[in-house]
Amino acid sequence: MNNTDYSLAELLICAAAEAWRDDGELLATGIGPLPRLAASLAKDLINPALLMTDAEAFAVTEPVPPGPRKGYVPLVEGWMPYDRVFSLLWSGRRHSMVAPVQVDRFGQANISVIGSHAKPKAAMLGARGFPGNSVHHPNSFFLPSHNARALVAGEVDFVCAAGFNPDRYVNGRPPPGLDLRLIVTDLAILDFEGPDHAIRVRSLHPGVSFEQVQDNTGFALVRPEFLLTTPAPTPIHLAAIGRLDPNGVRRSVLKGDPPGNPVQKGVPL
Amino acid sequence: MLDKRLSIDDIVGQLRDGMTLGLGGWATRRKPMALVRAIARSGLKDLTVVSYGGPDVGLLAAAGKISKLIFAFVSLDHYPLDPHFRSARQNGLDVLELDEGLLHWGLRATAMGLPFLPTRIGLGTDIARQSAFRAIRSPFDDGEELLAMPAIALDVALLHVHRCDALGNSLTLSPDPFFDELMARAAQKVFLTTEQLVSTEALGMAENYRCNLFERSLVTGVALARYGAHPTSAAPDYPLDLAHLKTYVDSAASAEALAQYRAQYVAVADEEYLTAVGGPVRIDALPTVIY
Repeated sequence: MNNTDYSLAELLICAAAEAWRDDGELLATGIGPLPRLAASLAKDLINPALLMTDAEAFAVTEPVPPGPRKGYVPLVEGWMPYDRVFSLLWSGRRHSMVAPVQVDRFGQANISVIGSHAKPKAAMLGARGFPGNSVHHPNSFFLPSHNARALVAGEVDFVCAAGFNPDRYVNGRPPPGLDLRLIVTDLAILDFEGPDHAIRVRSLHPGVSFEQVQDNTGFALVRPEFLLTTPAPTPIHLAAIGRLDPNGVRRSVLKGDPPGNPVQKGVPL
Repeated sequence: MLDKRLSIDDIVGQLRDGMTLGLGGWATRRKPMALVRAIARSGLKDLTVVSYGGPDVGLLAAAGKISKLIFAFVSLDHYPLDPHFRSARQNGLDVLELDEGLLHWGLRATAMGLPFLPTRIGLGTDIARQSAFRAIRSPFDDGEELLAMPAIALDVALLHVHRCDALGNSLTLSPDPFFDELMARAAQKVFLTTEQLVSTEALGMAENYRCNLFERSLVTGVALARYGAHPTSAAPDYPLDLAHLKTYVDSAASAEALAQYRAQYVAVADEEYLTAVGGPVRIDALPTVIY
């Protein structure tokens, strides 16, 4: 047992970073503060070959810290305007972790509207690059509030990112590029390793039960024979996160910056 | 001798009700905002707007100018959602919602004179279920089921550049040119606003050629608009004005707030606008916004 104190945000960063472990030189994109720090940690500790950008138009040799740089000047190693990002992603050479508003049992994801498309109850961003990303390169999701409004029953209100729903394809088969990897939530790590890509619980965060995860999910989850616990961050992980996030952006993402360690949470071990 | 120099009002005078306008830039970067404000205070109506959207879309939506929006997103980056766009959308604004790459593809189809381009983008999504799309099967042995992205034709493209001469030779100096070239090639007419109108010699094209996105023969007219992208960025000349963007966002709080924003920043001549937002001294001193 690792007794180091760590926050839930730090646990999620470490777990999410594993998404890029075997990705070679793919472009690692994490949208939102914690996925971005996870991609940064992946490049720093797990897979230094990853390509990363400075969140503008350049590829950089090291992860760029979110927020003020305090004199730090990233070393640019390449040009990465959006036109090149499209060319790159259409060839499959990227793995994104994004934060949709809704995900369903097929891995279909929505960031466009809640309610009807013609007259939404809540209009959000629009589909952005989700449709193209979903059928061309590996994708993972980050859902900071695991509940049945985020992991919904039925289908998402507007399918922006394609998933493993046979009814949505002429021959029942999704395009070969559809490659859904991890869903990182504040309760568990999920994957698509169930029968016919059904969503499975890959690991439970310390102190969380399978029932708790299922009760907060709008569809049935696949329960593996052995339930694993999401590994706690090691002191090496925590030190790296401290370096990659010198402004402490990770502390303001989850409400109240809760601890990730069950001892701190007061859950009996 | 060709001379394509116009004023902002000359350009707006060439626009017509019902036109399809492509607006260059991306979200909060290099938007042709001086032209957008001029359109917002004009009598134009029923416009179809095509944009990688930012405050250009929100401002025109709030002014009731848009009858249809062709877009992949509307975002203010730091403020992820544009409240004016949201409000218009939630009141039923007609849209063709695309993926960012599909928008690129639709413009490219027009640029190539094609009715559509085949793609996998949109397969399996509700994007493909909009009436604009058709399914298409590869005629080759693979027989793959694909989507036909229809050509997006623009009547006019409105683009903001950094330097331009009187003939329409232009430089876009920002690190990301985005899809302004495709907008220019997909349009019947292209109007530019430019930070500086300079001589052909002063463009230094022999060195700066990589910042020349398209040939002058595409350009119908060019208007000088110093700080013409404000409050969006025109790096390296000036960064995003985050404080003004907040003023813009806050103007969605009530009808009174919007009326006040319009009176102060939209229904005014360009010089007055510049003074109202703090003038060149303030804009030139703005800190770079880092994400």
